[in-house]
Amino acid sequence: MRYIPNTDADCRQMLAAIGVRSVEDLFADIPRQVRVKGDLKLPPALSETDLMRHMRGLVAKDADVESYSSFLGAGAYNHFAPTITNHLILRGEFLTAYTPYQPEISQGTLQAIYEYQTLVCQLTGMEVANASMYEGGSALAEAVLMAHRATGREEVVVARTVHPEYRQVIRTYLAPLGIRIREVPYGAAGGTDLKLLRAAVTEQTACVAVQSPNFFGVVEEVAEAAAAAHAKGGLAVVAVAEPVSLGLLTPPGELGADIVVAEGQAFGNPISFGGPYLGFFATKERYVRSMPGRLVGQTEDRDGRVGYVLTLSTREQHIRREKATSNICTNEGLCALAATITLCALGKQGVREMALLNLRKAAYAKGKLAKAKGFALRFDGPTFNEFVVQAKRRPVRQILGALARKRMLAGVALDRFYPELRDCFLVCVTEQNRREEIDGLVKALGGGG
Amino acid sequence: MSDHTVGTRGLVFNEPLIFDRSVPGRVAYSLPPSDVPEEKPERLIPRKFLRKEIAGFPEVSELDVVRHFTRLSQWNFGIDLGMYPLGSCTMKYNPRVNEDAARLPGFARAHPYQPEELSQGALQLMYELAEYLAQIAAMDAASLQPAAGAHGELTGMLLIRAYHVSKGNPRKKVLVPDSAHGTNPASSAICGYQVIPVKTGPRGSVEPQAVADVMDADVAGIMMTNPNTLGLFEEHIVGVCQVVHAKGGQVYCDGANMNPMVGIAKMGAMGIDVLQYNLHKTFSTPHGGGGPGSGPVALKAHLAPFMPVPVVVKRGARYALDYDRPHSIGKVRAFYGNFGMMVRAYAYIRTLGPDGLRRMAQTAVINANYLMSQLKGSYDLPYDRFCKHECVFSDAIQAKKDVHTLDIAKRLMDYGFHPPTIYFPLIVKGALMIEPTESESKETLDQFIAALKRIAAEAEEHPDLLHEAPQKPRVSRLNEVKAAREPNLRWRPGPARPAGGRGPK
Amino acid sequence: MTNPEGLKYTREHEWIKVEGDKGRVGITHYAQDQLGDVVFVELPKKGRQLRQMEAFGAVESVKAVSDLYCPVSGEVVEVNSALEQKPELINQDPYGQGWMIVVKVRNAKELTALMSAQQYTSFLAQGAK
Repeated sequence: MRYIPNTDADCRQMLAAIGVRSVEDLFADIPRQVRVKGDLKLPPALSETDLMRHMRGLVAKDADVESYSSFLGAGAYNHFAPTITNHLILRGEFLTAYTPYQPEISQGTLQAIYEYQTLVCQLTGMEVANASMYEGGSALAEAVLMAHRATGREEVVVARTVHPEYRQVIRTYLAPLGIRIREVPYGAAGGTDLKLLRAAVTEQTACVAVQSPNFFGVVEEVAEAAAAAHAKGGLAVVAVAEPVSLGLLTPPGELGADIVVAEGQAFGNPISFGGPYLGFFATKERYVRSMPGRLVGQTEDRDGRVGYVLTLSTREQHIRREKATSNICTNEGLCALAATITLCALGKQGVREMALLNLRKAAYAKGKLAKAKGFALRFDGPTFNEFVVQAKRRPVRQILGALARKRMLAGVALDRFYPELRDCFLVCVTEQNRREEIDGLVKALGGGG
Repeated sequence: MSDHTVGTRGLVFNEPLIFDRSVPGRVAYSLPPSDVPEEKPERLIPRKFLRKEIAGFPEVSELDVVRHFTRLSQWNFGIDLGMYPLGSCTMKYNPRVNEDAARLPGFARAHPYQPEELSQGALQLMYELAEYLAQIAAMDAASLQPAAGAHGELTGMLLIRAYHVSKGNPRKKVLVPDSAHGTNPASSAICGYQVIPVKTGPRGSVEPQAVADVMDADVAGIMMTNPNTLGLFEEHIVGVCQVVHAKGGQVYCDGANMNPMVGIAKMGAMGIDVLQYNLHKTFSTPHGGGGPGSGPVALKAHLAPFMPVPVVVKRGARYALDYDRPHSIGKVRAFYGNFGMMVRAYAYIRTLGPDGLRRMAQTAVINANYLMSQLKGSYDLPYDRFCKHECVFSDAIQAKKDVHTLDIAKRLMDYGFHPPTIYFPLIVKGALMIEPTESESKETLDQFIAALKRIAAEAEEHPDLLHEAPQKPRVSRLNEVKAAREPNLRWRPGPARPAGGRGPK
Repeated sequence: MTNPEGLKYTREHEWIKVEGDKGRVGITHYAQDQLGDVVFVELPKKGRQLRQMEAFGAVESVKAVSDLYCPVSGEVVEVNSALEQKPELINQDPYGQGWMIVVKVRNAKELTALMSAQQYTSFLAQGAK
C-alpha cells in the first residue's frame, strides 16, 4: 500500500523493539466485545487508475456550471479565478502545512493570513478582520452571538431578505441560548421594509442583521438599518453573500456596520457543490477581544526581524475553554489563501472591473427579461448581479426543467424559500456569462413563456 | 542509514508584504472584455451606493504574485517536507490523486442548487461516504454537514440536546474529562450547558466511579475522547457509558483520535451515541495551513430524527436531498457541508479498502509504541502503558536543568522536524504529545528518536543550545507578548518596515 | 520575595490593603510570576457591586487567562486606568503600581476569612495551585 511505507519486516523489527510478539498485544486493552470481527464491509481497494475512472464515472452525467449555461447564484457564485491561484495553493508547503502554532516554521502561512486580514478590512471598510470562519451562514450566526455577548441583550432583529439558509443557521445556533429572533419583512421594491424594521428594534435588541445585496439581489439601505439599530443601542451586523459587489458598492464599514460577515467563496474558490467555502468576519477595533476565530498579528523576533504570530489567543477555546468567544478551532486556511491570491491578482483595478462586468451583464439580462413575453421583473429596487423574475404563465419548476434539458440552469426557484414567491425564480449573471448565453436564455424563456 | 542533516543552502528571501510591492498601474488579471453595453454604473445603481477605488488594494504583476507567494511558501514546513508529529492532528500524507479527484469539473463546478436529477453522482458520493463513516463507527447514520471538528462537536451536542428536549427536559450539565480538548467545553457552553469536569484516573483513563459521582438526571451527557488525549485507550469506556445511560444521559465521543480505531474497534458497541470525525485527520484531507476541514458525525438511530437538513437519502435507484424532517435541529451552515473534502476522503477510503484501513490503524499504533519504547529512558513518561496512535512525554527530567518543553520543541526544528504538540493535554505538566502516523517509515522514526536523544543530552550538557533554539529558521523566538499588548492585525499605508531586521541571519 | 505584611490574601492569589473604610486590591507576586508577561487585564466599571470572592475581571498573559476574585464584598470606587496602556505594571510592581481596583468595604468581618502574610506564605509552600 503506497501510503504506508513500513513493510511486514519493518513492523516485525519494531514490535521486537517494543517487546511484544504481535500488533494484537498493543490492542489488548480493548474489550473483546467491542473489537471489529473480520473486515469492515467496504468496497475493496481501487488502484489509482481505477479510482479516477470510478470518480469520473460518478459525475459523467451530472451538470456543472462549465458544461451547462449557468445563471445560478443564491450564495454560491460562478466567477473567474486566476489560473495561478490553483498552482500556488497546490504547493506542498501551503497544502500540507498545519495551523501555524510554531511561528518560526510557518511564516508563509502567517504572513499570507495577515495579508488576507488586511484585504478583508479594505473590502469591507472595517478596522480588523479574523483569519476566516467556516462560511457565510455560520459566520453570521457567530456575529449575532457576538452582538449578544457585547450588549447582554436577549433579542435580535433579522431581515427576511437575508439568505434563508443563513437565517436557519442563526435559528439553530440561538435556540439553545433562548435568544429571540424577530424577522422583518421586505417591501414592494424588494428591500427590507425600513418602517417595520425601526418598529421591531427595542432596548432589548442586541443587533439588526441585514444582507446586502440581499437574497433577491437588491441593494439594501444599510445606513438606515444601522441607524435603526444604533438608535436603541444595538449593533449593526451586515452580511455580504456576493463579495464581488464590494468592488463597486459602498462597503458596510462606511455605512455604520459594527460587524461585517461575508461568504468569501466568490474569490478564488470553486463552487464545489456548497463547500468548502470561507467566512469573512470583520469588526471595529474596540470589539476585537470579543471576536471569534483566529487572529494573526505582526511582531518582531529577538533580532528585530519582522514576523507574524497567532495572537490574542486567550479568546479562543484552547485557553478560555467554556468561556471562549466561540468553539471554533480550524479556520478555512487554504480557502483564505486562494481568496488572498485571487484578490492580489485582481488588484485594485481588477476587483472593480470584475464588479462592473457583473453589474452591466446583469443589467443587460434584466432589460431583456423584463420584455420577455410572460415574464416580469418582480422587484424594482437596485440590484447588483442577481434579480428575481416572475413567471406569469407557466409554473416555475416546469420552465426551469425544460431549460435544464437544453443545458441551461436558468435560475433558482424561490418556492422552497418564500412560498409567496412561488411564481418566481432568482437569476444571477456574472462575468462568466457571455452575451450569447444571455441572449440564448432570453430566447429559450420567451419561446416557452 | 543516510545522513539526515538539515540543509541551510538555497536562497530563501526576505519578502515584504504584497502591499509594499504595489506599484500604481500594475495588473495581474485578465478579464473578458465587455460584450454588453458599457453603461455608467451610476445609471444602473444610485450614486450613493457606489464606492471609489479601494485605497491600498495591491497593484502588482502576475509574476509579482507568483514570486510573492512562492517565496512565502519557502518559509513553511509541511508534511511534504518532513515528519510533522503533532499529537491528535494525524499529520499523514495528503495524497495528490485526491486533489485531482476533487477538481473534476463534475465535483468542483457543481452548484448546490442545480437540479437533483443532474447531481446524482455528487449525491451518491455523499450517500456512500455517510454509509462508510457510519459503518466504521458501528453506528446507524452520519451527517456530513459540519465544516470542521469543532463544528461537528457543536452538532453532536445539539443533537443530544434535541434528544433531551424531545423527552421533555434539555437538562443543564455536561460532563467533560479534564484531559479534553478545549473545544469540548466551549461547544457545550454554546449549547447552553454548564460544564462539570471529571478527573482522569491514575492509569490515565476516566473511571466509572468518578463519573457516577457527578452523574445525575440533570446531566445531558458526557463528552469522551477515545483514545484520549494521552493517546491511551479509555479502558473503562463501556462502564462509563453504562453509568451515563443509566441516568438517561447520552455519550458523545470526540473522534479526533480515530486513526487507530478504524477496522479495529466498534465505537457504537462501546455505548457511544454520537461520534465526530475529522476528515482532515483520519482520512487524509490536507490541513492547508489551518483548514478547510470537515467534521461529519456518525450517530445512532435514536438521534437520527434530529439530524441537520438536508439528509441525502436513496429512494429506489435515485438519490435525493430530504428536507422533510420536522424534528431536525435545523442547519449548522448553509448548503451541505465541505463537499470538496468529502470527495477527497471518499477517494482515500476507496483507495485503501478494508485491508488498507486496518493496516493504517495497526501501523499507526506500532509506530507510536516504537517511539515510546525508544524514548522512554530519555524523557519522562507519565503513563507507562501501551499507547495507541500517540504518546505523551513530559519535560520533568530536563526541567531539573531549567530546560523546558518549549526549548525542546524549538530545538527539534534545528534537527529538521516539526515539533510535537506542546503543553497539551493540560493534565500533564510540560506535555509533549507525539503522533507519528502510519505515513512515516522506520528510518524517519529512527532519525526522530536520534534527534530527541541528542537533545536530551544537550539538555544535560549544553542547556544554552536549547535556550537559543531555533537557530536555523529565518526568524526565531518571536515576541508574542508584544503582539498581544500592541495588536497590529493589518497593514496600513505608511513607510514600509524593512523585513530584514538587524542584519543577515 | 516575601509577601508584604499588613496585607490580607485570598486562596486565589489576590491581596487586599485596607485603607480606612476602603480596600485596595491586586494580585500577588506568585500570581504574576505564574502568569508570565501580562498582556491585558479586564476590570469592572466604577459603581459595580461585588460579593466576597465574586469574579470581577480577568488577567491575561499570552498563554493563559485567570479570573480575578474580590477579597471582600463592596462597591468598586476606583479602577487603575494606567493598566490599560501598561499592563506590565502588574508584573513589575504587583503590590504597588499594579493595583487593580479599590472597593468600599461593606463588612470588615469578612477580612477575618482571609490569610495573613505568614499564612499565605505557608499556603504557597504547601504547593498551592
